[in-house]
Amino acid sequence: MSDVLLQVTDVSKAFGGVQANRDISLTVPQGGIVGLIGPNGSGKTTLFSSIVGYHPIDSGSIRFAGEEISKLQVAQIARRGLLRTFQQTRIYANMDCVKNMLISRSLRRAKLTEFFAPQSNPADRERALELLEFVGLYSKRLLMAGDLSFGQQKLLELAMALMNGPRMLMLDEPTAGINPTLINGVIDRLKGANEQFGITLFVIEHNMRVIMNLAQQIYCLSHGQLLAAGTPDEVRNDPRVLDAYLGAQ
Amino acid sequence: MTGWTRYIGHIVLVAVGLAAPFLFPNHQSQMAELWLFIVFALTWDLLGGQMGYNSFGNVVFIGVGMYTCALVQVGLIYSISDYNAARGGGGTVFTFDYTQYLEGLAVGLPAGAITGALAAIILGNFVLGMRGQYFAICTLGLGVAAAEIANGWEWIGAGSGMTAPNAPAEIDDISRFYYFFAFVLAIVTFVAITWLLRTRFGLAVNAIRDDEDKAEAMGLPTKRIKVIAWTISGLFLGIAGGILGNVKRFIDPIDVAFSGSTIGVWMVLMAILGGKGTLWGPVIGAIVFQITKELFWTYLLGWQRVALGLMIVLIVVFFPEGILGWVRERFPQLFGRRVQSRAEEGR
Repeated sequence: MSDVLLQVTDVSKAFGGVQANRDISLTVPQGGIVGLIGPNGSGKTTLFSSIVGYHPIDSGSIRFAGEEISKLQVAQIARRGLLRTFQQTRIYANMDCVKNMLISRSLRRAKLTEFFAPQSNPADRERALELLEFVGLYSKRLLMAGDLSFGQQKLLELAMALMNGPRMLMLDEPTAGINPTLINGVIDRLKGANEQFGITLFVIEHNMRVIMNLAQQIYCLSHGQLLAAGTPDEVRNDPRVLDAYLGAQ
Repeated sequence: MTGWTRYIGHIVLVAVGLAAPFLFPNHQSQMAELWLFIVFALTWDLLGGQMGYNSFGNVVFIGVGMYTCALVQVGLIYSISDYNAARGGGGTVFTFDYTQYLEGLAVGLPAGAITGALAAIILGNFVLGMRGQYFAICTLGLGVAAAEIANGWEWIGAGSGMTAPNAPAEIDDISRFYYFFAFVLAIVTFVAITWLLRTRFGLAVNAIRDDEDKAEAMGLPTKRIKVIAWTISGLFLGIAGGILGNVKRFIDPIDVAFSGSTIGVWMVLMAILGGKGTLWGPVIGAIVFQITKELFWTYLLGWQRVALGLMIVLIVVFFPEGILGWVRERFPQLFGRRVQSRAEEGR
């Protein structure tokens, strides 16, 4: 672990009277896998949304690859190579899987005129099929994405994110709703994406087995504040984390 | 469908289009209108079907193009205020010789295209930030507002409307003359939309329809794509409006140019009837709709609007997916939707 890719400093965000995030600071190193845990309503998804520009933050700073991004818009941030997936899976339901992949191609340095090129060139198509194979959806590639099962849609969403070739991928509960027998496969694929493609991962996860297996470093939120940080073992044995999860106040 | 057989539809359409004015010389203006309806339905579907933005305001671009074209046709030769003031039978007769008339069209139709596209860019930047029913309602308002502005603007004839220039004697069959303008425009529009849907732009537009937030999160410049899509619609509708004004001969601001309650609704209906979000759906829908409408006008005179209204209700209630949509639901394999593993590919 070397350079810092994402640096969040003292970020706060309130919705009306609800303080969803308060003075949160964390870093994600280049090439690392970092986890974000916390009970329901602790502000994990809010933090994700703040980072990718979905809503403005009240105070603080968010730097990605050295650049301040807290004032940028969603699509601008995405084009810089910082991508998120959603807790409620989002795919293009009325397009087939291959088309879902083709439109997810990276738009970094893309000019508007590129939109008037044909839908697929051989290189893109090959890459799309490879990634569909990687997530095990090759045989379903001509089906409408909306006709896939929920778990398959999650895998498709992951493949789409990889197609984009991001520098960093923020995953909101990548294994929620996936058949337990498939979960190991998802973990392997996430690790594979990190190792083979060099994509930095920042993962929200409720499944402790998954996050302990996956992450090198874990942050724990509770009531909108940073509660604990450290390696999986440190966090697992932190009494405050146990309290937050089990409700012993 | 492989090889040339996939072009059967295209060949039939062009052949029928070329032969029709000679086979049915008495129905040329209705058929010209049909080609324009195909343009309306195709351009509406680019937003409504392919992008999921139901616009009731596309009629604005038709009206803008119609007025622009007529004003240019007149304005190149005469003073527009004199021309419109003379409408009450002031004694002055405004004539256009053959060259003047053709020049007027050669400048007027492109000018209509440009103003139609400009109107789409300007309005699009304001209203395409809205989504779903808010966008639909807002565009409905745009049509009404445009009609009211035209209705009150003395220079372009206000409520008394404006007459398209009289054709010179050299053009002996004015209906046939404009039939071919409409025919060519419909073909060009169809080819342009076919091409557009095969580009990455087509994918992006579909992505916006399916999940705009996702498209944005993946880095697509959604607002710009939406405005471009509407601008392309505005461009073709501007030309179509210019032709329609000359086919109708008389441009009434509310009943012809910005006619939200007829053309504005019909274009939506034609696309729905044929199948929203399909390439051929709007074409089929426009043909079925125009033929039915003309039959109602011929055989149910007096009740034609009731019959048309009833048909609209029946389409929306019983045929929400349209003709092609229905076929696609029943026979998804025809549209290439199937499970296919690597092993099966060789077969």
